[in-house]
Amino acid sequence: MNQEIRNKYEVVIGLEVHAQLQTESKIFAADSASFGAAPNTHISPITLGHPGTLPKLNRKAVEYAIKMGFAAGSKISEYQYFDRKNYFYPDLPKGYQITQDKTPICIGGGVKVKLSTGEKVVRFHHIHLEEDAGKSLHAEGLSDSLIDYNRAGTPLIEMVTEPEIKSSEEAAQFMTEVRKLVRYLHICDGNMEEGSLRCDVNISVMPVGSKVFGTKVEIKNMNSIRFIQKAIDYEVVRQIEAVEAGVKIIQETRNFDPSTGRTSGMREKESMNDYRYFPEPDLVPLHISEELLIQVKTQMPALPWELFEKFTKTYGLPDYDAGVLTDSREVAEYFDATCQFTKNYKAASNWIMGTIKSYLNDNHLEIEQLTITPEKLAQLINLVDEGKVSTSTASQQIFPVMVTDTSASPLQIAEAKNLIQQSNTDTLQSLIDEVLAANPAKVKEYKNGKKGLLGMFMGDIMKKSKGSADPKVTTALLQKTLDSL
Amino acid sequence: MKNYTSLQSIQADLHAGYITCRQLVEFYLQNIAEKNTQLNAFLKVFDQEALAKADEIDQKIKTGNAGKLAGMVIGIKDLLCYKDHTSTAGSKILDGFESQFNATAVQRVIDADAIIIGSQNCDEFGMGSTNENSAYGACLNAVGTNRVAGGSSGGSAVAVQADMCLASLGTDTGGSVRMPAGFCGLVGLKPTYTRVSRWGLIAYASSFDCIGPITKSVEDAAILLEIIAGKDEQDSTVSRLEVPQYSAFDTTHKTLKIGYLKEAVESAGLQPEVREATWAKLEALKAAGHVVEAVEFPLIKYFLPTYYILTTAEASSNLSRFDGVKYGHRSNQATDLMSMYKKSRAEGFGKEVKRRIMLGTFVLSASYYDAYYTKAQKVRRLIKDYTDQLLSEYDFLVCPTTPTTAYKIGEKTSDPIQMYLGDLFTVQANVVGLPAISIPNGVDNDGMPIGFQIMGGAFQEKALLSFAKSLY
Repeated sequence: MNQEIRNKYEVVIGLEVHAQLQTESKIFAADSASFGAAPNTHISPITLGHPGTLPKLNRKAVEYAIKMGFAAGSKISEYQYFDRKNYFYPDLPKGYQITQDKTPICIGGGVKVKLSTGEKVVRFHHIHLEEDAGKSLHAEGLSDSLIDYNRAGTPLIEMVTEPEIKSSEEAAQFMTEVRKLVRYLHICDGNMEEGSLRCDVNISVMPVGSKVFGTKVEIKNMNSIRFIQKAIDYEVVRQIEAVEAGVKIIQETRNFDPSTGRTSGMREKESMNDYRYFPEPDLVPLHISEELLIQVKTQMPALPWELFEKFTKTYGLPDYDAGVLTDSREVAEYFDATCQFTKNYKAASNWIMGTIKSYLNDNHLEIEQLTITPEKLAQLINLVDEGKVSTSTASQQIFPVMVTDTSASPLQIAEAKNLIQQSNTDTLQSLIDEVLAANPAKVKEYKNGKKGLLGMFMGDIMKKSKGSADPKVTTALLQKTLDSL
Repeated sequence: MKNYTSLQSIQADLHAGYITCRQLVEFYLQNIAEKNTQLNAFLKVFDQEALAKADEIDQKIKTGNAGKLAGMVIGIKDLLCYKDHTSTAGSKILDGFESQFNATAVQRVIDADAIIIGSQNCDEFGMGSTNENSAYGACLNAVGTNRVAGGSSGGSAVAVQADMCLASLGTDTGGSVRMPAGFCGLVGLKPTYTRVSRWGLIAYASSFDCIGPITKSVEDAAILLEIIAGKDEQDSTVSRLEVPQYSAFDTTHKTLKIGYLKEAVESAGLQPEVREATWAKLEALKAAGHVVEAVEFPLIKYFLPTYYILTTAEASSNLSRFDGVKYGHRSNQATDLMSMYKKSRAEGFGKEVKRRIMLGTFVLSASYYDAYYTKAQKVRRLIKDYTDQLLSEYDFLVCPTTPTTAYKIGEKTSDPIQMYLGDLFTVQANVVGLPAISIPNGVDNDGMPIGFQIMGGAFQEKALLSFAKSLY
């Protein structure tokens, strides 16, 4: 699109992010809320909305929502009730969804995002609790639809932003931060492919400086950050072109097709859905006590920005390192734990971002599965710092053993493999003297300026020491010996 | 076998060895066999199960470890879930549906060794005042078979009335236990809202629905409430208040202050015999030394509108789950999703249920929500506050249970408003969530029973039952 035309318009985006809470059971039933079970195996009469059943609130879901509220700096509502949102759809067993329409659990707050142009806080309008619906499966070649109710009743929080996201980049960064946050809080696995984190995008365009929003369209059920970006980019162009051409934008729900990168209208009837919300009479109002708030507060982990601050200020890491390490709570905690046993913080950072990361990647492991404890890693770092082994010996020869042998210390492994460097100058000196005495001609050539021979002498010395000579110390001593000849 | 009117007398004879539970069950089964084809009180009879259970309890009586309800043969309204038994709610839409669990109240009577003999006819989803709205046909009043049973727990009342069981568990959303009890000359108790768990009560209007007993004696109502009331993990709205021993009546004579609803007792619409019987009862109360005063309740004209707006709103949502997708009736005429919904529901629901779903959908719609639903909630609060205030001055509020005795079959079916008016005196207790009991108060010139209703303060069932017992 012509940049000049593009610049005439301002994009207004609001996101409704659904995060499935990782509670063991569903929000109103004791069925397992886990993902991936055989279809229709987690379906008690409550989940199926059998006549005579009543919902019973899972307190864990409430705690998880409060955690998100704390992390976002939201106000936690003291008094709430649930509402029914009425509509018919086969995957909605009761014909209504239990949600919070009038009294969301968290109000306000926001998430800080890093943009190419600087930092910005995307504010939340509110966060509310609700139950998920089942899943309709429209199998190809089958005239009937199939429904899996396992997901029905899974707890969700819906995080609704203010309409103040200005670009696809902002939307993507925001989603990245939200995903990071829910994972830090251990309230949602953040797995967008499986749909545990997904979002609806509301998007409109208006002339720069306008006070009135354009007509918005909603793109539903986006389950990839890349798709969100693509869909927004497509919609921005589509809407601006429409406005430029004088075509009216219809308020509608649109689908994004990842294979074409386009959105298309869902051709639904244009009547507005009337959800006939009213207070859920089967649940008592929910009071959030001061005790509960305190209890949840004590369970809050250190948040990414707090750890970033700590890693840069206390441990003196570069911003880049701190950024990478705080990307995941588990990595950050591993690093932080390692730093309790070594003062060489930068080395710890290098180890985690380097050797450990590639080991984990190669073996498709998460850091929680790493068999090397932070304490052992610190011992290894200290071994290098003491000059007992070189960094490359540590990472190539000791580290692989540590992964499988969890009982031995790095020092024990180094000793067993005879990897302790000779830094005892007396031993080294005699080795040097031996090598030089055996090569009088070469020594002469060296003295005459053929400095490249230093490497040959080093090689011989290393051979004689069976690789145990500390290269740094040996080089210095060799140099000194040659100079004194 | 004599016609027992209380569990106490049955238990006395059981323990004395005059009768056995098996004989009792056989007696009731015999009555069912003779009368049910005409009266249509039971939809399903569990004869073999009841006999087997009877033998089991006879054994327990011998070994001295029988439960509190041993010897009670009971029927349950088909609006209550009974595990592995059909629960139709009187509707075609649940034809053949079997519940996977027991309602808490049902579980508790089973645990107390009551014998469940069958499931009972009712107005579809409890929506009706005559039991004529049942998909399985009307239930007839045993006193006069051209008369209605009352509703919606009509089958439950007639079953007791015609000695097809000793007691029934009904449900009361706007008078559905008290009204048929009144029409059939029985005791019908609606407890305080939340006193009894609603788990397993197929919902009509969740914030009104109550399970309550229909019995021949106040004692049996008391002992049944004692068994079924109390906290329940399955219903988060249920009260956690301690359950008193209702069956240990308070017999100390107290001078009570009793208010009668002037608008009700003096209403021109009252059948003369009903008025006379009510006056006579009030005079008797005065004669017994109680203070009896007329109280005004100007909001009485809002009882029915408030009730019908709020109950239909909740019903329209509660009944959305019956969509032909997961269980119950699915139309075989359906061609796509929308037609499956429309045809299944059109075929499955009866006329009155459809009427209430439409009304409820309307009052909840965005453009009318505040004008109807919100306003009705406010009026509900006003009625409650005013009722509470009256009950802070008076021990009980009394009035006839219904303005007339049982209607003739078909008399009111063409005019729903006329039908709704019959609920005028009973809906108040549901609108405000208070306990109320209907006890027999004579008969009219045709011999049809007249009911007398007493309403008490929240969770004051013990006082209410003690007072009722002093009158009946």
